[in-house]
Formats: sequence, structure tokens, C-alpha cells
Amino acid sequence: MTQYGGDQFPDGGNALAVEDLHKSFGPLEVLKGVSATAGEGDVLSIIGASGSGKSTMLRCINLLEVPDAGRIWVGGELIRMKNKGRKGLAPESARQVDRIRSTVGMVFQGFNLWTHMTVMQNLTEAPLHVLKLSRAEARERAEALLERVGLTDKRGHYPAHLSGGQQQRAAIARALAMEPQLLLFDEPTSALDPELVGEVLKVIRDIAEEGRTMIMVTHEMAFAREVSSKAMFLHDGRVEEEGPPAQVFDAPRSERCRQFLAAGEF
Amino acid sequence: MIELHGYGPLLVDGAWLTLRVAFASLALGLVFGIIGATAKLSNSVILRGAATGYTAIVRGLPELVLLLIIFYGGTQLVQDIWRGLGNESHVDIKPFIAGTFTLAFVFGAYATEVFRGAILAVPKGQVEAAYAVGMGRLQMFHRVMLPQVWRFALPGLGNLWLVLLKDTSLISVINLNELMYASRAAAGKTHEPFKFYLAAAIIYLAFTIVSMIVLQYSERRSQRGVRMG
Repeated sequence: MTQYGGDQFPDGGNALAVEDLHKSFGPLEVLKGVSATAGEGDVLSIIGASGSGKSTMLRCINLLEVPDAGRIWVGGELIRMKNKGRKGLAPESARQVDRIRSTVGMVFQGFNLWTHMTVMQNLTEAPLHVLKLSRAEARERAEALLERVGLTDKRGHYPAHLSGGQQQRAAIARALAMEPQLLLFDEPTSALDPELVGEVLKVIRDIAEEGRTMIMVTHEMAFAREVSSKAMFLHDGRVEEEGPPAQVFDAPRSERCRQFLAAGEF
Repeated sequence: MIELHGYGPLLVDGAWLTLRVAFASLALGLVFGIIGATAKLSNSVILRGAATGYTAIVRGLPELVLLLIIFYGGTQLVQDIWRGLGNESHVDIKPFIAGTFTLAFVFGAYATEVFRGAILAVPKGQVEAAYAVGMGRLQMFHRVMLPQVWRFALPGLGNLWLVLLKDTSLISVINLNELMYASRAAAGKTHEPFKFYLAAAIIYLAFTIVSMIVLQYSERRSQRGVRMG
């Protein structure tokens, strides 16, 4: 494995770099040394079977899971970690973590819109209380995003009154309202009824085309091949295959990746 | 109008004191409950043990016994500490403070369980979404956790409040001039116990009915976005 001097991020990782991530849950070792990079404007798709560690890897990037070992750079900035011995790593500065998280948007499989707030409140909450924007600015941002994801007429609705597709589009708008440098998608369409997947993919494609840096864990192979600039296949906590989508999806070098794609059981 | 032989103002004063004790106990008890629930859910074995001991003891003892122990034992304890610090003078614990503290102590133990359940009922994804946008722990708790905890806790807390309101009558035994004490005093003087206890009952019932209306309204409000309409 390449070693990099000091806190300098690995080549090609100016938007995101992770280096040698390890993570175990109890006796189960989920990540066994995963490295990845994304440059500005990259769309990196991560594919793999359930349990291969792809969601865990994504959740390590904004520290919803704290890795046991490894380093993470977001926008070229190293997330400072301290070693707690047997307990593994812990972030050194909660303030740094909060600040970095505010620049990294996340879209969850289960939407996770705040249920006690309307769609509009979901979109203005973090801009108002984390970025400290004025109410007028936050509303203006939210209105523009609602229009973009086609939910202008739902601004006063509570999440429970929306379909899954509408909730996920609202959740994407909520992430965009922070104007993130990096967007993480954790299986954004896996919880949706098949007929609602299209409307969400359309929104994601639209964002990818405007040149946002995105890391996407997905089971939508055709979609991933089409929008990604890079792809990565994880197997059993390790990177088994990575490269341009044409290679990973059409001519994988790894036998496991080929089998995974051929089986079509995502 | 019922003839109260001039004891009407006494009952009104008593009722007012009952309300003050109840609201003070509620405020303090909610604090005990949130602290207790946080301790029960913490990673620390010591905090969890302390909180479990607290709820087990309170729930295992009659309130009247607890009240007398805290009033007499607490007074003695404060006195001893005060003397131990080299003071000669005498400290009094006011029945209002002892009563409020005891009722809050009891309320807090039951509220601990209500809050614990309510905190666990908030889906993990709600908290993760808050952290993911860069909220700190306090901000997450205040903006995302608490509003949803209320929603789950309100029905349970409402019941506890109704019990608390009636339990205030217990503190008449430590000579606090609340509604129960006042009505017993009036009953004794006039030899008309039925009339005065009935008057007290009507006042308690009125408090309870008003509480239930307010609770129903707040519950409906807290369910915004969950139920249709």
C-alpha cells in the first residue's frame, strides 16, 4: 500500500480520500482496509453485495460510523483522529466534525426527514440553525430547491403525508440546501416501490450533471454505469475492483465482480 | 349557594397552594425524569445503576412513607450538616419545599421510565440526519430529539400529572396548608365533614377536568405530521 507523507491527501482525492479504513462491529470485521479517492466533480459509484461493507464505508466518511483505523480527507482536509488504544479511534475535535459534516450532504435509504417538521421546515432547519442564514435567505434557497425537485406544492406538508418518492426528493433537497461540496447517497432508491424509483433517479441524474461531487452506494447498476465517472466493487470488506464504469460494469477483471454482475441479484 | 360558614377563603387559599405545589413538583420532577432517563440510557455502569436504584426504590415504596422519611429524615440530615459546618443556629425545612421535593422525587422516578421509552421510540435515522447536517449534540437534542420525545412522552406524562395533582393531598400530613389540610380544618371546626370534603372533591375534580382538556389539546398538537388531519 502506498504511504503518503504527513497529512497530504492521496493523489486524485481533493474532494474525498479515504485510506485504509478498518471497521468491526463486535467480532464482525466489515471493512478490512478500504481506500478510495474522488476528485472534484467525480461521481463515484460503490457497488457490492449486501454485507460487503459499502454502506459502512459511506457512513465512515461523515463519521456516522467512526472507523477503527484509517484516515479520511474531505475537501483536502484531514479529519483529525486520536487513538484511544483498545477502543480504536475517536474524532479529536467535535467542532471539526460538525463543520465538515455541514459541507457533506447525506441522503439516506430511509429518507429520515424530520417527522415533526413540514417539508419547508426540513429544508430550512440546517441552513438556519447550522449555517446561520437569515430566514429570508433560507426560504429563498428552499423554494428554489423545491421547484427543482418538483415539490413546490408540498412545502407545507409533513413527511408522513408524502409518498416515498416525494420524501426522498425532499430529502435530497434538504441535503442540497446546505450547498454541500460532497454528496453521499446511501442506497437512495432501495426503500422505494419500483414505480417511484424513476422520479428519484431523475433528480439524482440532474444533480450529477451539474458537476457535483457524489459518492453513491447503489443497486441500480444501469443508472450507476450511466452517471458515474468512477466505480468500485466491494467484496467482503475489501475493494475488489475499481476503475472507469466501462471497465467495472462491462469488462471487470475480478472474477467475483463478474459473477456479482452476472447474477443480477442486487 | 352552599353555606361554608366563612371557610370559603380558606379553601380557596388551600386550592391555590395545591396548584403551586403541583406545578413546582411537575417542573422539578420533569428535570429529574430527563436526568434519570439520560442516566439509564448512558454508557456508564455507575449512572445506570444509580438511576435503576432510584426508580426501584421510589416505585417500591408508598408515597406517604417516602414523604415522611424525606420530611423528617431530610430535615434531620440538613440540620446535622448545618451543625457539622460549625453553625449554632437552627435550620427549618419549609413544608412547601419538603413536599415539593418529595412529590418531584416520586414523579421523576416514574417520568424516568416514560422518558426512557420515549427517547428509545425516536428512530435512529432522525438523529443521524441531524448529525449529518452538522448539528452538535445539544442542538440535535433540542431541535430534533426533544420535540419528538414529547410526542411519545406526553400521554404517559399526562397520567403522571393527574396522579401528582391528587398526591398533593398527601402533604397535608406535614402540616402544609393545602386544599386537603384546609378542608380537614374546616370540617373539624364546623362538624360538617361531608360538606367540606365534598367541596374539596369538587375542586380536585375541576382541576383534573381542566388538566384533561389541556392534555388532550397538547397531545393533538404534538401529533402534528403523524396523524392525518
